[in-house]
Amino acid sequence: MTAATTPPITPTESARRVRSTGTVATRTLGISTVVTMGWLVAFGLGFSPADRDQRDAVRILYMHVPTAWLAYLAFVVTAVSSALYLFGKKHSLGFDRVAGASAEIGVVFMALTLATGMLWGKLTWGVYWQWDARLTTTALLFVSYIGYLAVRGLGGSHDQRAKRSAVIGLLAVIEIPLVHFSVRMWRSLHQEASVLDSDGDVDMDGLMLFSLFVGVVAFTLLYVWLLLHRSRAMAMEDLVDDQGLDRALDERRAEAAS
Amino acid sequence: MSRWRIARLVAGKDLRIERRSRVLTNQVLPFAGVTMVMFAFALDASNVLERVAPGLIWLATLFSLLVLVQRSFAIENDDGALDALRVAGVDPVAIYWGKSIALAVQLAVLEVVLLIAAVLLYGADVPLGGIVLLATTLLTATCGLACVGTLYGGLTAGFTGRETLLPLLVLPVVAPVLIGATRAVESALGTDGVALSEGWPWIGLLAVFAVAFGAGGALAFGPLIEEAT
Repeated sequence: MTAATTPPITPTESARRVRSTGTVATRTLGISTVVTMGWLVAFGLGFSPADRDQRDAVRILYMHVPTAWLAYLAFVVTAVSSALYLFGKKHSLGFDRVAGASAEIGVVFMALTLATGMLWGKLTWGVYWQWDARLTTTALLFVSYIGYLAVRGLGGSHDQRAKRSAVIGLLAVIEIPLVHFSVRMWRSLHQEASVLDSDGDVDMDGLMLFSLFVGVVAFTLLYVWLLLHRSRAMAMEDLVDDQGLDRALDERRAEAAS
Repeated sequence: MSRWRIARLVAGKDLRIERRSRVLTNQVLPFAGVTMVMFAFALDASNVLERVAPGLIWLATLFSLLVLVQRSFAIENDDGALDALRVAGVDPVAIYWGKSIALAVQLAVLEVVLLIAAVLLYGADVPLGGIVLLATTLLTATCGLACVGTLYGGLTAGFTGRETLLPLLVLPVVAPVLIGATRAVESALGTDGVALSEGWPWIGLLAVFAVAFGAGGALAFGPLIEEAT
């Protein structure tokens, strides 16, 4: 092919459409996130009472519990999207980007969970860390997903990246229960889940429970909002990569023709 | 050719390369030995060493596992051997099993040497009654480690920077083996008066681990090496 027959490089139609990662939906979502975060601050730091035993330290839990729940949800989303990519007929890169974006957000939430948990532990247990099943599993999960993100950064084509990271994302589904079970066999100390007893009765002060609920809603909205923006930003990054490749190919062709 | 026969051929090839290059005996075993000596420098008290000997054996095994996995895939990457196997249409599951078997054999040799080192250097006792538990632990833990090592070795083969990525990926995954095998060896050796019967539940964990990653690895290895170029 000669340079004359090659069409000049213009941004593709989809690139022209996608100038920003924001849409009406994400803007609404962003505003609701900010509003519920404000509620959480008001209820968590103001309206809710101090605990009888833990005193004001209990307020850490309004952030610790929601971030922990979302960190685990984020990794479930990563595993499910990895499976959808790997076993789906079209091997859609969209699922791969959702998996990657979710893992990135999950790692951040997990870091927050570990940090707030340590602060709460120092105030309540008197130590930052205990070798308890849930803590240790969470720490190892955190490290595993840092590894997952490192695998995503290995390079290669988009499909190579997607397949490799999907396999790692799915192997974590085997790994995490085994880690959890082994550490639980080793030792266990974490206070049992206290909101829901095994008989299903809610056992907590009404206002505290409501603050926790606001926290879960606020952080879930934050997660969805970040997930949408991040996966769209990843789509744009991939597009830029592809265009760079097209341009390089075109330059080589022009060189060959001249 | 049946899958099992190909796996045996691949394992035989790896072990033959090993016998001729002697990387295990000349480099990995001395490395593991020096690690054991370093542990003794760090934990300077003989009664502490005897108590933590089972854990140190498995820590040294894990560090050496990383070295062995690098080696196992370095021989495949040189001259594009893995690509050649793939192009020749060799069943990836058979390659995975073969390489896992070869790795397991090398690990088993390493573990026996480390156990002897622990007896000689740390004064660990091996009671006769614990030998069956000890052998079963070595067998199941080795299978699990070899499966995980081969899987992640295949994933990172052929990429620059794999030397630094492999430990980050493998160590969190093999944490259950470290916990389970250490507890099982503790009860086999009677460390700190742990009863022999307390070791057997851990064998269950090690066996589940080996089966889970053996199956997962066999499924995942094909797609991984197909893309790894």
